[in-house]
Amino acid sequence: MNAQASSPIISIAGVWKFFGSLTALRDINLDIQQGERVVIIGPSGSGKSTMLRSINSLETIDRGRIVVDGKDLHDPANNINVIRQELGMVFQSFNLFPHKTVLENLTLAPIKLRGLSKAEAEDRARGLLAKVGLSSKTGAYPAMLSGGQQQRVAIARALAMQPKIMLFDEPTSALDPEMIGEVLDVMVTLAKEGMTMVVVTHEMSFAREVSDRVVFMDHGEILEVAPPETLFSTAKHPRLQQFLKQIL
Amino acid sequence: MKPTTQPNIRIDVADGVSIPDPKDKSLINAWSISFTGAVAILIALCVFRPDPYLEILKFLPDGLLVTFEITILCMLCTIPIGLLAGLGRISRNRFINLLCSTYVEVIRGIPLLVQLFYIYFALGTFIQMPPTLSAVIAISFCYGAYMGEVVRAGILAVPVGQTEAARSLGFTGAQTMRYVVLPQALRTILPPVGNEFIAMLKDTSLVSIIAVADLLRRGREFASQTFDYFETYTVVALVYLIITLLLSKGVSIMEGKLHYYERPSK
Repeated sequence: MNAQASSPIISIAGVWKFFGSLTALRDINLDIQQGERVVIIGPSGSGKSTMLRSINSLETIDRGRIVVDGKDLHDPANNINVIRQELGMVFQSFNLFPHKTVLENLTLAPIKLRGLSKAEAEDRARGLLAKVGLSSKTGAYPAMLSGGQQQRVAIARALAMQPKIMLFDEPTSALDPEMIGEVLDVMVTLAKEGMTMVVVTHEMSFAREVSDRVVFMDHGEILEVAPPETLFSTAKHPRLQQFLKQIL
Repeated sequence: MKPTTQPNIRIDVADGVSIPDPKDKSLINAWSISFTGAVAILIALCVFRPDPYLEILKFLPDGLLVTFEITILCMLCTIPIGLLAGLGRISRNRFINLLCSTYVEVIRGIPLLVQLFYIYFALGTFIQMPPTLSAVIAISFCYGAYMGEVVRAGILAVPVGQTEAARSLGFTGAQTMRYVVLPQALRTILPPVGNEFIAMLKDTSLVSIIAVADLLRRGREFASQTFDYFETYTVVALVYLIITLLLSKGVSIMEGKLHYYERPSK
């Protein structure tokens, strides 16, 4: 709100995180602009999920500063619950609420947190379910859906809060191969609409197709940041070259 | 990592009769044998030897009502106590956590009968309370502690991803507990909670010692008048068995209804 148009919507500065003796994040610095699509890649254990989760404070950091939409996450004057309303999050394991129907999964937060009426929230939810191609599943419980369908509902649930930023934590890693496409399609549509997206993924085709910048992480460090065409064709860092050789 | 959508955790506590599996549709199982057996024996005794069995059965309903009354009052008190104790035990507030943990520890270390005596006789030297009230207080605090452990286990059994999903939408910790975690924990804890209630119903028989005219006490009165000890306590035991079995069936039916959101066929 007070933030100027040119200032980044997410600013990560000098962030360190330790798990016991393990350094999970090592002096991370990254600015993300409004409307930007950033894909984070790297071998498992490289700290990419930890970094993503620290953006909405699901992980607490030990040193450094993270500012989202002009609000410092660690300033006690800022309510983290209010900041999180602007940060949609999609998890690897979907995490839909199993005791609620698909429609209720989408309306719970908007009704309780945004103060929408039931009718307004359901209207919005139906629109989003149509967008992810699941209009026929409004009354179903998550356990009745396939993994790909559950993840599409999870994306719609996050969008129902009308967040400014969407975070994706390996959204297709728990899916059977034939279901990955349907979830990526939804994400591509979202990217084309101009949503600010930070995506941790192993799907290099997605990174190539929609990302503005690709971030390569290894051992808790950011080793390279570049537009996808540059990063994939002229990888500078030997560890990135090795990683790309394994994955492509 | 595989998606953790439906953990099917069943916590079994063996204080009362077991809760029949709602998915078990077979006609012959431990529950049906016990129940039809108890009912058949009771009917046979009353038909073939109405004196004294039918007389005993006619004498007991007053006591049965008192047993039900105490059980229901204790259930109503135990639920909030158990919920608070369970939430307190997982609280990150050190003071609340220690307070609740100590409560659970102390109560679980003292036999219910001793607690009952303590509240009725020992505290009775300071505050005079009617025996029924003493009984309800003692049983509620005792079972509240047991229930707290069940609630705690149920909450911990809800996958952490559920909490993360709710918090990432912007729910506070308390809202997450209320809208997302507790409704799911309820399903997991229903069988052990039912089990605790059944155990509690049985333990209300302890109150007969402090002159509350419950089912057991009424039986004792009848037996001491007629000296039909064998016959009276046979009937008392059968009546307890029948009501606990009915209660366990009720819990089982409720459990079946709470599984509504699971995959229809497994």
